[in-house]
Amino acid sequence: MSEKPIIELRDVVKTFGTVKALNGINANIREGEFFSLLGPSGCGKTTLLRMIAGFEDPSGGEILIDGKSMRGIPANRRPTNMVFQSYAIFPHLSVAENVAYGLKRKKLPKTEVTDEVNKALSMVDLSGYGGRAAHELSGGQRQRVALARALVMRPKVVLLDEPLSALDKKLREQMQVELRQLQQSIGITFILVTHDQEEALIMSDRIAVMFEGNIAQIDSPEGLYRHPVSKRVASFIGVMNFLDARATGQNDAGVSLDIPALGKVTVPASHVPDGLDANSVESVGVRPEMLTILFDERDTAEAVAKGVVTSTSYYGDMTYYSVALNGMKAPVTLSMRNTAGRSVLPAGSEVRVGWGAESIVLFE
Amino acid sequence: MILNREARQGLTLISPTLVYALLLLAAPLLTVVTFSFWTQDYLDIDTTITLNNYREAWTQPIYRTLIFRSLWVSLVVTLVTVILAFPIAYYLSFHVTRRKALWLFLITIPFWTSYLLRVFLWKVILGYNGVLNSALTGLGIIDEPLTFLLYNVNAVVITLAHAWAPFAILPIFVALEKIDRSLLEAAEDLGDGAVRRFFRVTLPLAMPGVIASTLIVLIPTVGDFVTPRLVGGTDGLMISNMIQIQFGKANNAPLGAALAVSSMVIVSSISLVIFLVGKKFGGRVQ
Repeated sequence: MSEKPIIELRDVVKTFGTVKALNGINANIREGEFFSLLGPSGCGKTTLLRMIAGFEDPSGGEILIDGKSMRGIPANRRPTNMVFQSYAIFPHLSVAENVAYGLKRKKLPKTEVTDEVNKALSMVDLSGYGGRAAHELSGGQRQRVALARALVMRPKVVLLDEPLSALDKKLREQMQVELRQLQQSIGITFILVTHDQEEALIMSDRIAVMFEGNIAQIDSPEGLYRHPVSKRVASFIGVMNFLDARATGQNDAGVSLDIPALGKVTVPASHVPDGLDANSVESVGVRPEMLTILFDERDTAEAVAKGVVTSTSYYGDMTYYSVALNGMKAPVTLSMRNTAGRSVLPAGSEVRVGWGAESIVLFE
Repeated sequence: MILNREARQGLTLISPTLVYALLLLAAPLLTVVTFSFWTQDYLDIDTTITLNNYREAWTQPIYRTLIFRSLWVSLVVTLVTVILAFPIAYYLSFHVTRRKALWLFLITIPFWTSYLLRVFLWKVILGYNGVLNSALTGLGIIDEPLTFLLYNVNAVVITLAHAWAPFAILPIFVALEKIDRSLLEAAEDLGDGAVRRFFRVTLPLAMPGVIASTLIVLIPTVGDFVTPRLVGGTDGLMISNMIQIQFGKANNAPLGAALAVSSMVIVSSISLVIFLVGKKFGGRVQ
């Protein structure tokens, strides 16, 4: 992966009639990265993808692919290829004919077309399926054909519009890993549109979280999860407990807080977002796995709070506890791995909860 | 015969249609076929089985001319109708976004008046002192009224094409409506411009509708006798007019029956070929 941007979005605006779908999107997508557009339905992520593909024209701003402005360039002359949500496999053509569809225009010799098609099919594990008709394929196979059809064109960017949403859970999880591996081995830039935060976290190098036509944050999966810039981003990616808090001081060491549910703490400066005004902090966030139930009396932690279990959800490998801390009404969620010899605590149990200053996320 | 409940239910459901079909379709058809093997003997019918009617139907030049003309006219009408219907169906399916139902409703307007009136309408338009000739002479474009407009094969083609247009538009429209729009985007994404995309995706996927339209227009127009009678003149007469004459004025029902059965066999064979070719062409379209 290089730092060179393959796609540059500059103040991209899109309006449908009086409705603003995108309000000035700015982003650079690097060559060779797996980039995801993540957001709830209606946030404009699909519109943005379709504009990169050339199916929609921006109402304002500019899209550059490989340094060239795409203004006025139709979809059929852009170095991008799309995997559609419905896969859009041509029903009147065989698998091989589908994959060869785009090659016909390149005027290659017949043997070369056959070679390319076979290579693409083996890349997606569909060797020997060339003669099948489109309706003989399963959902997962259609998805692979759609991918092969895009890859065979050797595009600079592959665009994927919720390609896994129609598959069942098991197959979806398998395809997430396979797609990621394929992307890394061929090194082509992939842009994925999804509303599934888990999918985005698993597959991406970087993720742009979008709400209502704006990009809220662009970061690596880990960066997004650990340092969400807003409560909205934090609650969209995984589970986040929000706790009321009040700043009591700010200096070079960090920000001192009074969190009624947990106690007093100083969040180290390395975990404080740049330019944060401590006085504007009204709440903090803490992830369920950052809180630990201290099962044994001898267990210790950086800081400890007391609470009562109000309910439990058993997931097999994990148990999610709702715990009311320090007499607070609203319980927090915390997750514990179910290790050997550790039974699930019943509701009403009094527990000690261990936590640390570095797990606290500050929100303005 | 003991039938299970489901079979009885099914039989009850289809029986009115079955009785209707047997009484009004199968019985007359069988009568016609039987007649074609008999001979007219003045006012009586000689019921000895003979192939003489068929020999006459297939060897007399007049009948051959008429059947070829019928086929030619209906092929031209079909071609003209389907080619004219396709753009309308395409426009309706791809470019009309609101009030599609209203557009479909407007397409059925020709059905609001009787077929006979519509044929007469064309007589008024194409006639010697008709709308077209008066307009052209009035504008000084021509000095004398054009005579090639009415009472010939052209008039038959124009009239039939107009009458059958809605029947051709609807099946093509339905086929186009069924095309997943993302397929068109996929074709564009893979490098096709509008024209290539049309011939590689839109047209092949619309083929079932085109075949249906072709058959719907072709089959009835071969046997049409009102239009050729009213606007065809002597040059525009078709096989059905001859069949009508044989059953009526000429008082030779067996020969008429043989002509009817012959043309039926020919039309069926042509339809079968079109159907099979269409099936092969669009066979993988689901």
